[in-house]
Amino acid sequence: MTIIPLYFAIPLLAAFLIPVIGKFAKTFTWLFTTAVSFALFVIALYGVAAVQEFPLIVCKMGRWAPPLGIVMVLDAFSAFMALVISIVVFAGALFSYRYLSHYTGQWKFYTLYMLITAGMMGVVLTGDLFNMFVFLEIAAISSYALVAFGVDAEELEASFKYMVMGEIGGLTFLLAIALIYARTSTLNLADISNVMQMFGQTTFFWTVLGLMLFAFSIKAAFVPFHSWLPDAHPAAPAPVSSLLSGIFIKVLGIYTTARMVFNVFGLSRANAPMFFNILIVLGLLSITFAGLTALNQKDYKRLLGYSSVSQIGYIMLGFGIGNYYGVAGAIFFILAHALAKGLLFLTSGAVVHATGTRDLNKLAGLGEKMPTTAWSFRFGGLSLIGIPPLVGFWAKFWIILGALKAGMLWLAITAIVLSGLTLYYYLKIENSVFLKKGKVDAKPAPFTMRIAMVFLVVLIVVLGLGFQQVIDFVVGPAANALLRGLEYSQLVFGYVTTGF
Amino acid sequence: MRGMSLVVKVVTNIVVGFIFIYGVYIILHGHLTPGGGFAGGVIIAGALVLRILAFGVEPVSEKRAEERASAFESLGALLFIGIAFAGLIIGGAFFLNFLPQGTPLRLLSGGIIPLCNIAIGIKVGAGLFTIFLALAAIKYVMED
Repeated sequence: MTIIPLYFAIPLLAAFLIPVIGKFAKTFTWLFTTAVSFALFVIALYGVAAVQEFPLIVCKMGRWAPPLGIVMVLDAFSAFMALVISIVVFAGALFSYRYLSHYTGQWKFYTLYMLITAGMMGVVLTGDLFNMFVFLEIAAISSYALVAFGVDAEELEASFKYMVMGEIGGLTFLLAIALIYARTSTLNLADISNVMQMFGQTTFFWTVLGLMLFAFSIKAAFVPFHSWLPDAHPAAPAPVSSLLSGIFIKVLGIYTTARMVFNVFGLSRANAPMFFNILIVLGLLSITFAGLTALNQKDYKRLLGYSSVSQIGYIMLGFGIGNYYGVAGAIFFILAHALAKGLLFLTSGAVVHATGTRDLNKLAGLGEKMPTTAWSFRFGGLSLIGIPPLVGFWAKFWIILGALKAGMLWLAITAIVLSGLTLYYYLKIENSVFLKKGKVDAKPAPFTMRIAMVFLVVLIVVLGLGFQQVIDFVVGPAANALLRGLEYSQLVFGYVTTGF
Repeated sequence: MRGMSLVVKVVTNIVVGFIFIYGVYIILHGHLTPGGGFAGGVIIAGALVLRILAFGVEPVSEKRAEERASAFESLGALLFIGIAFAGLIIGGAFFLNFLPQGTPLRLLSGGIIPLCNIAIGIKVGAGLFTIFLALAAIKYVMED
């Protein structure tokens, strides 16, 4: 018996149990969701331990062998992504209890929350292209509903805009799948990779890859495809903003791009330098443009939304550098940014819960009234800027190291200089919300909210101090899983014949 | 929502049962003939929608119907994932077809596939009906 189906089957089961039980017991629904999230966290830890031993674990759905059947593939990169998902989901679930107290129909929230989790887990684990599309849409459609959860005019407008943009991305991905299926007659990622290798880098190859890059760029909100994000992420309830900005855009945009580029299409800096330069340009564009736009935002969460677009650029930069340090840095950055931005959105939720506004001009003097929230914000912000020894520093350090090793000194310097933007907009919130003197009524955040924030703060500090272990056991293997490129397909089929 | 004329009501009374039974037939023969859980579920939802359109419904009972349909929807999904889990527990593989396969082209064949079709039929029928009721509920709000 294998644990791999549990990753997405448990949240799916929970999602459909909640409507049955949730109408009668509100607190129980929350406890149940939190317990399920914690169970996922334990499973994800077990998965990370399992991939230390095996490079790749294949699970055949219903024992149908690939390429006919659907396989779930757990390698180091998938295990890493699943772990990050479960951390952010757990913190968000913990945070939701008191935050949701002024919403009606809470069980709907928890159902959608579990569905979005199941969708993301499915995307990172599947070894089948169409299956990936289905899970991606499960996650995406749940997120549209979650953004609109408050059903005010602002939320509905943001959700509609997000849905239109998101579906353009989703349908472009579907078009790419159709083209691939028409030419290769297979949907299994490993099998596609084999067939694509025979074709070589033809026009078809680049067309399909271009369509996919377009689709995933919308999902990941790279500049110039980012316009939905600064509307959608602030409009959602805070735990959902935390989930969407923390991990959702990375699963739907970054994970999928990286998996396709490295393992399915078999590209590396050596055989397609031009493509990797495009990734770097996309990254730099996002960092600069969104960073500059963030500077004069007046809305707490909207500023964080622009910050997400900006930080996503660093991840793309790391992948674009394309050597081991760059890719490991990008993967490390996924973890660091998920923790930091997840935490920052939770602090925004605590502030909104206490004061009822997220306008930076109206907020003031919360540093003394909400000490836990203020200090959580400081840790998250410092990690995001890249102050040692927090986890964000090591992530950025590895990317810069990658740029230096690749002989791109200008890129390393640019990346450091652009951190100044992060510093500036972080200090802007710090100053206007927490330090500035002023009279705003606020009580300290409720206990469950504080636990959720402290949980992420502890992870940011501990993983920062133990960065060597993170590199050795989690990030390094994940980077190697990507960089082994086309070997992926041999491993998938190899393990199938041994019948793991 | 108000009902329609007497002619429509009488005709609906006659055909609605047949439509429903036809939907059940499509679901149960999903593994033998074209159709299956989704198509059959849509037909069942069609029967339910037709009844509401012809006879009309009070807002209160519509709310109750929506809750019941939504519970059935969850039930269908739970049934489906329960079958998948049963494969994992009994045979050690998710979605394993652990039931005896039977003679091909007979009604009792295909192992878990007819069961999956039934689960999908419940889910889709109840789901589409819920969507219809939700849209109808919006109409009330607009009229008020």
